[in-house]
Amino acid sequence: MIFIELISWLFIATGALLGIAGGIGIHRFPDFYSRLHAVGITDTLCAAMFLIGLCLQTGVSIASLKLLLIFIFLFFSSPTATHALANAALLGGLKPELDEEYHGHCFDRRPD
Amino acid sequence: MIYTVAAFAILVTISLALARAFMGPTLYDRILAVNMVGTKTVLLIAVFAVVSERTDMLDIALMYALINFIGVVAVLKLVEQGNFHTSGDDGKGGPSLK
Amino acid sequence: MKYPVKHIISLGVLLFALWLGLSGQLNALMVSLGLASTIVIVAITHRMDTIDNETYPAHMNLLLLRFWLFLAREVIVANIDVIKRIFRPGKNISPQLFELPLTLKTDLSRVIYANAITMTPGTVSTNLDKKTVTVHALSIEAAQDLYSGRMANAVPEDYEDE
Repeated sequence: MIFIELISWLFIATGALLGIAGGIGIHRFPDFYSRLHAVGITDTLCAAMFLIGLCLQTGVSIASLKLLLIFIFLFFSSPTATHALANAALLGGLKPELDEEYHGHCFDRRPD
Repeated sequence: MIYTVAAFAILVTISLALARAFMGPTLYDRILAVNMVGTKTVLLIAVFAVVSERTDMLDIALMYALINFIGVVAVLKLVEQGNFHTSGDDGKGGPSLK
Repeated sequence: MKYPVKHIISLGVLLFALWLGLSGQLNALMVSLGLASTIVIVAITHRMDTIDNETYPAHMNLLLLRFWLFLAREVIVANIDVIKRIFRPGKNISPQLFELPLTLKTDLSRVIYANAITMTPGTVSTNLDKKTVTVHALSIEAAQDLYSGRMANAVPEDYEDE
């Protein structure tokens, strides 16, 4: 099944590129709160791509079931960890760098 | 072949995250970077398990994901309160982080 | 008891399936050990009285499944947006911190909503209470998208929970 092989390679390669993009993101973004979003990439889509690609490699077996369990657990825990981190930083008094141009007007700018 | 590329990409990501963990500048940046290293390590173990066809390594990956999550939450609790033995309701907060 | 028998049965089935999946062996000894530990855990959980609609939302499984499909699409779109911002040179982000008013009634759906906000890159919920959720957004577009209430409308909600 060379076709499935190729698709799984595509998934794994995309995951690898997304991981590197997230790694660059935590150096490009200026403050802690915006870095949270860069880490969000590696936590969600990158992990999903890797695990789906590996699932395709293993086929229907106990290994793919365990990969699915890892997938589910990562997807339940990573938003919780990110939220806890952001909440702790805000309570700890770390000020975010906000965009001056829109700051304070956000409530008025309803979408059309 | 693709596994070598994948493992290399994961290692590059881990080293970028480690650089952020060393550079800081705040404590929360470091915790964030360590959390990212943990997630990537789970993926690295999963790739290794599939490439070496040892499915019991996947259990280790699952455990690593659990411990990574609990570890990050525990470190955050420690940072907020300064210790592990109070309930956190005294309103005093943790040590100064600046 | 507040919760129906359905919860106990589906929790037991879930735990037993987890055991089978993790052990991967189908001989009589392993299966009987798994059955025994499942029964013990369900009995302890029942005695602790910790199964209810909030800790184990068995009553909205299908709704949650539909919401996850919606969320998967949102996550992919948001990822592409954040990646574009990472590689765009110059001033690429306009971070916002704002309080989003909540229209969802039950605690469970509020938590699901806040978790979904955190999960999509570009928006992170930093605080949650009864009326509002505090959100840090990477861009003004992401903030406006949350204001449009598209995601809030997709969150499953069961009014019997209150």
